[in-house]
Amino acid sequence: MIRVVLPFHLRNLARVESEVLLEVPPPITIAAVLDTLEARFPVLRGTIRDHGTLKRRPFIRFFACKEDFSNEPVETRLPEAVINGSEPFLVVGAMAGG
Amino acid sequence: MSTIRVLVGTKKGAFILTADGTRKNWEVNGPLFGGWEMYHLKASPVDPDRIYASQTSGWFGQIIQRSDDGGKTWNPPGTKPEDLMGPDGMPKGKSNEFAYEGETGTHLFFDGSQKPWEFKRIWHIEPSHTDPDTAYAGAEDAAIFKTTDGGKTWKELSGLRQAKGHLWQPGAGGMGLHTILLDPTNPNRIYIAISAAGAFRTDDGGATWKPINRGLKSQYELPDPDADVGHCVHRIAHHPSRPDVLFMQKHWNVLRTDNAGDQWTQVSGNLPSDFGFPIDVHAHEPETIYVVPITSDSLHYPPDGKLRVYRSKTGGNEWEPLTKGLPQKDCYVNVLRDAMATDSLDPCGVYFGTTGGQVYCSPDGGDTWTSIADHLPGVLSVEVQTLS
Repeated sequence: MIRVVLPFHLRNLARVESEVLLEVPPPITIAAVLDTLEARFPVLRGTIRDHGTLKRRPFIRFFACKEDFSNEPVETRLPEAVINGSEPFLVVGAMAGG
Repeated sequence: MSTIRVLVGTKKGAFILTADGTRKNWEVNGPLFGGWEMYHLKASPVDPDRIYASQTSGWFGQIIQRSDDGGKTWNPPGTKPEDLMGPDGMPKGKSNEFAYEGETGTHLFFDGSQKPWEFKRIWHIEPSHTDPDTAYAGAEDAAIFKTTDGGKTWKELSGLRQAKGHLWQPGAGGMGLHTILLDPTNPNRIYIAISAAGAFRTDDGGATWKPINRGLKSQYELPDPDADVGHCVHRIAHHPSRPDVLFMQKHWNVLRTDNAGDQWTQVSGNLPSDFGFPIDVHAHEPETIYVVPITSDSLHYPPDGKLRVYRSKTGGNEWEPLTKGLPQKDCYVNVLRDAMATDSLDPCGVYFGTTGGQVYCSPDGGDTWTSIADHLPGVLSVEVQTLS
């Protein structure tokens, strides 16, 4: 199972309290995780990536295993630690400064 | 005894304020959707328990929320289990998809270049007078969308952007379609207003639109003060008994039209400043109107630090300051365009919210005012329901 951690506001929208556990069909890529996440929680469509273009929204970041995957191609295969569930895939709202 | 429900959208959530018809003791519920910018909440006139809300965020985009029980519970339309999957097995999740129709086209940008339309948020939702499943949404970048399924899906009325859209350009607050007025006597007639584009009207249910800006003068904002489009209209309002009579608060100037926007006349009269954002009409006196003058386009706070609503009982030109109960020194808040509303009790109640987080109520048509919420986040919108 893939562990996905959502930011506070998206957890509220999806009505989940902590990590989301997803069964993602291989190959387990950024796109595959997001597709599965949105299929499970349709309310999240448009909040992480745009409708239509499926481009990441500008102030969303993807982290895993202390690496920033935000600007990697969505076909990028996620690290083994994410695939085996020992590390989560983090969807993060970018820092706003201030 | 009637109940009054005030729907308040703020920069950090929504609040619902309720009182009985005396409008003395208020209960504040919220925040709903804490942390989100709640641009607007408005209830269906034919089903007062149905409330639509625009929930937005620079991070997470646009969400539409809907309550079918007067604000107790909320859901993005179309996310009930029976709605979740389409025939193709794919999730619907379309209530926040606002896709421009056809060739997107371009509009004028600050630097003189042409920029493609890009959806940012919904500023205003206007439910139909006759069908609770039908509503209109005003978007930034400027466009109008319509739902006929209770907000599950939205379709652009793209004819609006054919009304010289390439000449529209964003104001400092963005190119938002902020006002939608439905003619209660003619379902094919809709008025809308856009910041830095002007006012527009359709007479065929939204298929085609025309600018209705004749008489507006923008000598400091446009190279041609009498241009067909490009005027920064801040708000328009009308009384349901006379839908062809419109009142406008423009960037500068307060105006009226008596012929559905074909010709506007300035009625600023003796206002201390005719710059401001909201304008509204008394529920029972179609010639009684309210504005909140702001010092200038450069100084978005009341003149002399005195928060004063101005009332005209003559449809403009002759204005009186309303001050009882409002701060008359050291007050430097603003009242945004969608943050004033009236109830339909007699005497008529008038309400407005400030960027400082206060919501004021006058239960006597503006003669006296009381703060009914003091420390909310900055108020973006105020709507009022009169419930029997």
